[in-house]
Amino acid sequence: MALLREEKLPSIRLTISQIVIAVILLVLTFGLWRLQIVGAQNYHAMAEANRIRKVPILAPRGEIFDRDGRLIVTNYQSVSCYLARDQKGDLKPDLPLIAKGLNMTVEQIQQIMHRYRWTPSYEPIPLQQDITPNEQQFIAAHSDELPELETIREWRRLYPRNGFLAAAIGYVGQVSNRMLNDPQFAYYQPGDVVGESGVEESYDPILRGVDGAREILVNSRGQEVGVLGTKPAKPGKNLKLTIDLDIQRAAENAMGNRDGAVIALDPHNGQILALVSRPTFDPNDFAVRISSKEWTSLVTNPDHPLLDKAIQATSAPGSTFKIIMAVAGLQTGIAQNMKVDCKGGAYFYGRWFACDVKHGWVTLKTAIPYSCDTYFYTLAQRLGIDTIAKWAHRFGIGERTGVDLPGEVAGTMPSPAWKMKTFHQPWYPGETISIGIGQGAIAVTPLQLARAIGGIASGGVLKRPHIVFRNELTPEYRKYMRAEYPGSGNKVVHFSKQTWETITNAMANVTQEPIGTAYSSRLAGIDFAGKTGTAQVISHNFGMDKLSSNMATRPNAWFVGLAPRRNPDIVVVVFWQHGGWGNDVAHIAAQVIDAYVTKQRRLDHNLLADQPAGESAKKGANETSKLDVGAIWSIPSDPRELGGKPLDPNAGKDASAAAVYAGHFLLRVPDFVRK
Amino acid sequence: MIHRFRRIRDFDWPLLGMVLLMSVISVLEIYSATMHTRFVGFDHKQVLWIVAGLGAMFFVSVVDYHWLLDSIHWFYGVALLSLAAVLVAGQRIMGAKRWIRLPGGIHFQPSEWVKIVLILAMARYIAGLSGREMTWKDVFKAILLIAAPMVMVLKQPDMGTALTYSPILFAGLFLGGIGWKKGLILTVVSVSLVAGIWRSGKILKPYQKARLTSFMNPGADPRGSGYQILQSKIAVGDGGVFGRGTTKGSQTQGDFLPIPYTDFIFAAFAEEHGFVGCIFVLLLYFLILMRLIHNAQIASDLPGTLVVMGVVATLTFEIAVNVGMVVGLMPVTGIPLPLMSYGGSSVLFTFLALGMVMNVRMSRFVN
Repeated sequence: MALLREEKLPSIRLTISQIVIAVILLVLTFGLWRLQIVGAQNYHAMAEANRIRKVPILAPRGEIFDRDGRLIVTNYQSVSCYLARDQKGDLKPDLPLIAKGLNMTVEQIQQIMHRYRWTPSYEPIPLQQDITPNEQQFIAAHSDELPELETIREWRRLYPRNGFLAAAIGYVGQVSNRMLNDPQFAYYQPGDVVGESGVEESYDPILRGVDGAREILVNSRGQEVGVLGTKPAKPGKNLKLTIDLDIQRAAENAMGNRDGAVIALDPHNGQILALVSRPTFDPNDFAVRISSKEWTSLVTNPDHPLLDKAIQATSAPGSTFKIIMAVAGLQTGIAQNMKVDCKGGAYFYGRWFACDVKHGWVTLKTAIPYSCDTYFYTLAQRLGIDTIAKWAHRFGIGERTGVDLPGEVAGTMPSPAWKMKTFHQPWYPGETISIGIGQGAIAVTPLQLARAIGGIASGGVLKRPHIVFRNELTPEYRKYMRAEYPGSGNKVVHFSKQTWETITNAMANVTQEPIGTAYSSRLAGIDFAGKTGTAQVISHNFGMDKLSSNMATRPNAWFVGLAPRRNPDIVVVVFWQHGGWGNDVAHIAAQVIDAYVTKQRRLDHNLLADQPAGESAKKGANETSKLDVGAIWSIPSDPRELGGKPLDPNAGKDASAAAVYAGHFLLRVPDFVRK
Repeated sequence: MIHRFRRIRDFDWPLLGMVLLMSVISVLEIYSATMHTRFVGFDHKQVLWIVAGLGAMFFVSVVDYHWLLDSIHWFYGVALLSLAAVLVAGQRIMGAKRWIRLPGGIHFQPSEWVKIVLILAMARYIAGLSGREMTWKDVFKAILLIAAPMVMVLKQPDMGTALTYSPILFAGLFLGGIGWKKGLILTVVSVSLVAGIWRSGKILKPYQKARLTSFMNPGADPRGSGYQILQSKIAVGDGGVFGRGTTKGSQTQGDFLPIPYTDFIFAAFAEEHGFVGCIFVLLLYFLILMRLIHNAQIASDLPGTLVVMGVVATLTFEIAVNVGMVVGLMPVTGIPLPLMSYGGSSVLFTFLALGMVMNVRMSRFVN
């Protein structure tokens, strides 16, 4: 070692170090002496006076509007009861009386107190939210005996009734213990309301406001001695969805009570125009408090009402997949001159694969409107599974689209490599034949299918679907969303103009020619095109076995509809779980497309606001920009039915609140829509 | 690399005894300060950290520090790389990138163990000067050695930890025999530099500046940084001569004292154990530091002395800044109190540093 080991430090410097340390510790001792001996009386008094009570001022969440600026989700004020635990030494003797007055049980109150046991005692804890006028009266009448009870006006979420748009909007709830313990969400406090599904979740950072607080100084007996400061609440930002309420309403009505999903997209830009999932739930049940019984019934329901089936249910696409098969067939040069004699099925690898009927000699032009399985069995055999999988992947089958909604699933595009990796089994040639008609292990979401088929009709331009206008977001937030909700996003798939025309014409023949499988759903005067599909529900149909309850063996019905046939303005996918072989499924899509086209035509003629002319003349100038469209929401005869919860009786003073009180919604229609 | 001639007898048992007594006080105060918060149970975790620290200490004490000094350039390189890794891939918690997430959910803060590397590197560098009077070039090399990692930690931004690197430099220069004249010039230059940075107002983050102004005038912003100092002073003063008793401090238990288990643990201790308890703890610190300097004196060679004195300088600085903050003599910097504050990184650093001291002591009869 090169260092001089014998070298020693001059010991004078070590002695100086000792002196320095001694001086530092003496200075610290002096600091302690100053506080603890000299100032003890003074600081002891300050400690006694040191009681700061925080009275929260709650921020309303941002409102949610549709693409035309019509209100979808709003807030209303309600009164909540808080417990100020530092107001009394022992709360136990009061609990039975509090419980009686607030219609709770003593155990419930004890549970709440246990949950908030780490919250500083000078911060009031929420006891009962959204209390009734009777309960308010009780608190006012007992203010002397029960000084620990406080009332606070809070904002509550008000959603459309009957689960209208519920899957897309989502719901809010109290922040969970899991999130409270995650350093990523360090800014949450117990009792905070957060979005837990849908847009409420994915755009929670935008919708959520910042709570304010009034900080008052109280002495050791809890008497207010001064106001330290008021921090006003910052309301959350409003959000404008790409959803069109008119189209959404048509889709909700058309779907009725059928299980499944409807999704309508604008393929030009990926904007989601309508999103329906069935069965649905009422988010108002979550807005205040949901009883554990209601919650259990929702999560254990075999039909999964909390699932957004447009992005979370997967099923084999059935014959709708034939569109992708046709692109692959034409682009590889096989389908152009391929003719197949359909004898009601054909033998492949020693097994009979059936078709619906004997179609006779079929070309691609007729195979799509007939939905002839024999033709596509043959095409699949000649393409081979790898080519099929390659083209399917190009159109995003088996991949997340990257939509800005939480919980999107990817689905599956099977291939020999996939099967080996997942099941450690070799690929059987017969599986390729099934894939040719969209059966077997292939699984897609309705949204995925809408983007793929809409993209094909748009000449191979696939857009990332989204439900909030991009230009409403900051660049940082867009970046955050792309990272949080990954997916294949925007894609361009190249294929020839001839392929494009052939396929879109064939899809038009499905609905516009008598030979088509959906001819009965044709729309007069609208260039409506599409493709039907039926997915057999069989044992290895991934995902579906988890979803199905009864009728588990009835096939799932699909329809992809678009208008016009080339460069469509709207693509609609209807997924009817266990819908069988009927033609109704195309009819649902037709109703949505009809609503869209009708609205466009009305807009072209400034006819959107269809209310009696005299009505608007009577009202004031700013009143005319509001439309009462309570029809979307069923009107409850008793205000308490609204969300199942009572409303603040003072709310009636405000005009819009009065409408809410009556169960109506005033949809704010901006001027540019009307004139 | 591991010496066979080391004897368990040469281990510094009195030092270990004092350190363990301090650890017991620490665990009791963490228990008292967290029992009514959502951080309940941190005292158990602290015991685990201390046990792990003891293991690390015993391990380090048997690895010949000459081997560590000979390979210090490798450690120094790894230290810089790990700081760079934090800047690139660190976990952002509350606005600062200080942690790397290791598999198993453990958050690792490299800036703490870098201190050990810097103590060794400085010892090696100063010893390599062979006792000659330091030239300006030598001084600047020493500054660069510390400044490089310091700047990277400042970038995180973590002003507190970055500051704890500076005593290593001062101790190195002072013990390395910097001339009185150079020392005076350097002091004047660094003081005016700090003043310049302060006045330009560009380098300090607003919250850092707020902490410093509120230190000078705590009444200015009763709910911000000044609030922390005020609450800390109230808690300390509330303790009086004998304290309110364990788990009885109204400021500690009433959640008025900010983070009473880490940075402000001494305030919690002061409220509950009073002036008498505080004097006892400060005396214990004094005895530990004197024992360390004793070990520096009897070290067999110059690098050994320098390593021990590097540890002394770092611990003294941290104690001075933390307790100074608690009693209102220093601004809020976020430096934990060694052997008292809760936290794995801090505990592990302190025990590793003590392991180095043990190492030097046990090497003195070997040669």
